[in-house]
Amino acid sequence: MIGIGASQIDLLARLSNAAGVSGDESAVREIVLAELGSSPVKCRVDALGNLLVTQERDPEKGAPRVLVAAHLDEVGFMLTHHQGDGLFRFARVGGVDKKSILGKRVIVGREKIPGIIGCQPVHLAVGEEKTKTIPLEKLRIDVGAEATARVKVGDRAVFGTEFKQQGDILLGKAFDDRMGAATLVGLVKNPPPGIELLAAFTVQEEIGLRGAGVAARNLDPDLAVALDCTPARDFPSFDEQTENTRYNTRLGRGPAIYVADGGTISDPRLVGQLIAAAEAENLPYQIRQPGGGRTDAAAIHQQLGGIPSVSLSVPARYLHTPVSLALLSDWEAAVNLIHSGLANLQLEDIKTDR
Amino acid sequence: MTAFPGFSGGDDPITGHLRDLWGPLVDQLKVNKLGTLYGLIRSAKGEGAPDVVLSAHMDTIGLMVSGIWDDFLRISRVGGVDSRVLPGQEVIIWGREKIPGIIALPPAYLLPEGASSETVELQHMVIDTGLAKSQLQEQVEIGDRVTFAGEPLALGEKLISGPGLDNRASLAALTLALEELHQLDLACNLWAAATTAEEYNQSGAQVSGFDLQPDLLVVLDVTFARGPGTADHEAYPLGEGITLGWGPSIHQDLYQHFAELAEREGIPWVMEPLPGRSGTDADTFQLTANGIPTMVISIPLRYMHTPVELVDLRDVEWAGRLLSKFTANFRAEDLPFLAEGGMSL
Repeated sequence: MIGIGASQIDLLARLSNAAGVSGDESAVREIVLAELGSSPVKCRVDALGNLLVTQERDPEKGAPRVLVAAHLDEVGFMLTHHQGDGLFRFARVGGVDKKSILGKRVIVGREKIPGIIGCQPVHLAVGEEKTKTIPLEKLRIDVGAEATARVKVGDRAVFGTEFKQQGDILLGKAFDDRMGAATLVGLVKNPPPGIELLAAFTVQEEIGLRGAGVAARNLDPDLAVALDCTPARDFPSFDEQTENTRYNTRLGRGPAIYVADGGTISDPRLVGQLIAAAEAENLPYQIRQPGGGRTDAAAIHQQLGGIPSVSLSVPARYLHTPVSLALLSDWEAAVNLIHSGLANLQLEDIKTDR
Repeated sequence: MTAFPGFSGGDDPITGHLRDLWGPLVDQLKVNKLGTLYGLIRSAKGEGAPDVVLSAHMDTIGLMVSGIWDDFLRISRVGGVDSRVLPGQEVIIWGREKIPGIIALPPAYLLPEGASSETVELQHMVIDTGLAKSQLQEQVEIGDRVTFAGEPLALGEKLISGPGLDNRASLAALTLALEELHQLDLACNLWAAATTAEEYNQSGAQVSGFDLQPDLLVVLDVTFARGPGTADHEAYPLGEGITLGWGPSIHQDLYQHFAELAEREGIPWVMEPLPGRSGTDADTFQLTANGIPTMVISIPLRYMHTPVELVDLRDVEWAGRLLSKFTANFRAEDLPFLAEGGMSL
């Protein structure tokens, strides 16, 4: 078993606290680059900002070229108009949960200027206004008049959430997909034997999987795994007669293997390999409920002559809100599953047409 | 002060903090039966000096655990909590130990029929601590208090944001006034009151009015500051001064006295028309005992009842200065209605 120690938790904390709205991933990329600085790897940043990492040592002859992708970017905001006094209109970048924006703190721009998103006092709300969320066009990011010299239209903003750990419980922003990025850093430092590992820390996933396709064409792999973070919507049912059957994943049940989502029908051979590895290693796992949502695999599998792909996610609650909740034990199982799954690949025919 | 919860009902962390702050500044401290804190600076004139109360409520709005629901907690509100700002909010549950949690609103498709994708109702929300039901049953009781997490945040030199500035901004101003006054000879007995339960039912003010039966009383609270979501006619600019309340909850001669004092002292102010109730402890105080001449002074606060309430420290200082100048210069003969009753205007 690979254990997750203090240094990996610290890496996740730094990644989670860093700001990397889609299109502005450099702060997150710098953390990953620094983390890999002493490893025997070749790092290259492509024209979009994807960080592509390959091993320095020559691969074993005939070893499958395996792309493992995790995205660096997160959902957030861009300032679009200054109405004066440090009050900025803003737009969402990616699918920030619209109901979770009011009353929150944000960090604006590369100078990390603190700001707040307040709203109309509820005392002044009339009738149904009191229990309906306020549309974005009525909200402002407020940095205060003094900060206007250091904040400008075009700056990005993220929620001002600090990472916390309480035993097995992890709280923080942007676990989607800093958890995948942290997992991939560990994988690059400790590559599974028998494969040629091609790591892609991708950009612009949250605004339509825009980085991963380019990364896949640059690396030209035989197969691919997208490491991501997927919602656990495992609430009880308000109606006691029925069960919540649309939970997507459940917290504490281990990493989620994708059979099909809104963008990819996973390669069944790869699904089988992951399940076999989990069973062999006695690791908890769950099948993500088929349905909507996409990962970088949706872009990757369609590149070149077709790249057999699968996704593996850590389940977490409240993605795309100011603070997500995940379990260290689920993450640890994911780290072990991807490592042993790739170390034990039994895919003689994966490189050829079927 | 925003770091110390004030739940209403006494025995609150904020009470202890105010005792520490006020202790060196007053002659006597006491907490009444409902939990309101009094600090008394005795008049240099001895027996028979008028009793003046400067009052600000110390309770804040909050939440309470109302049930354990599988691995989640259900919640209810204490005071006018705005449900719209709750989803995604980090909180602290004051259970057996302090437990961090997140307020979550399940997606609309999991809500009961009738809820839309825009609905944000407290009855649908839960707190998620990540703990399982069995752990929650050990560590949390129904009725445990829930407060917003997070330290206050400075936006530059002048603005401060955080939960509970309603009404801790006023308590800060009141404390500034006590710092100015504690070494002066006063012509009145000065009672600083930090009242309980304003956000709930103003029972603190109700009882304190009879407790103290003062000759006059000033309520310090916050009012709406202009900002996103407010119209100019219903709110006041931040950092441009305080408001002096005008309306049925306010004694008209007292208003006049404060307006003239603020002019003399160069403290920027505007009249705040309060045509009905003021929405402060004054509404209750005024009607206690034999009727108390009451004044309302307010500090503009943006984003009221959200976890990112915002005040300008200059307004807080102006409020504190007006209270201290009023008390330091207090002469009963300037306020004939104190002796004669009624009102002249």
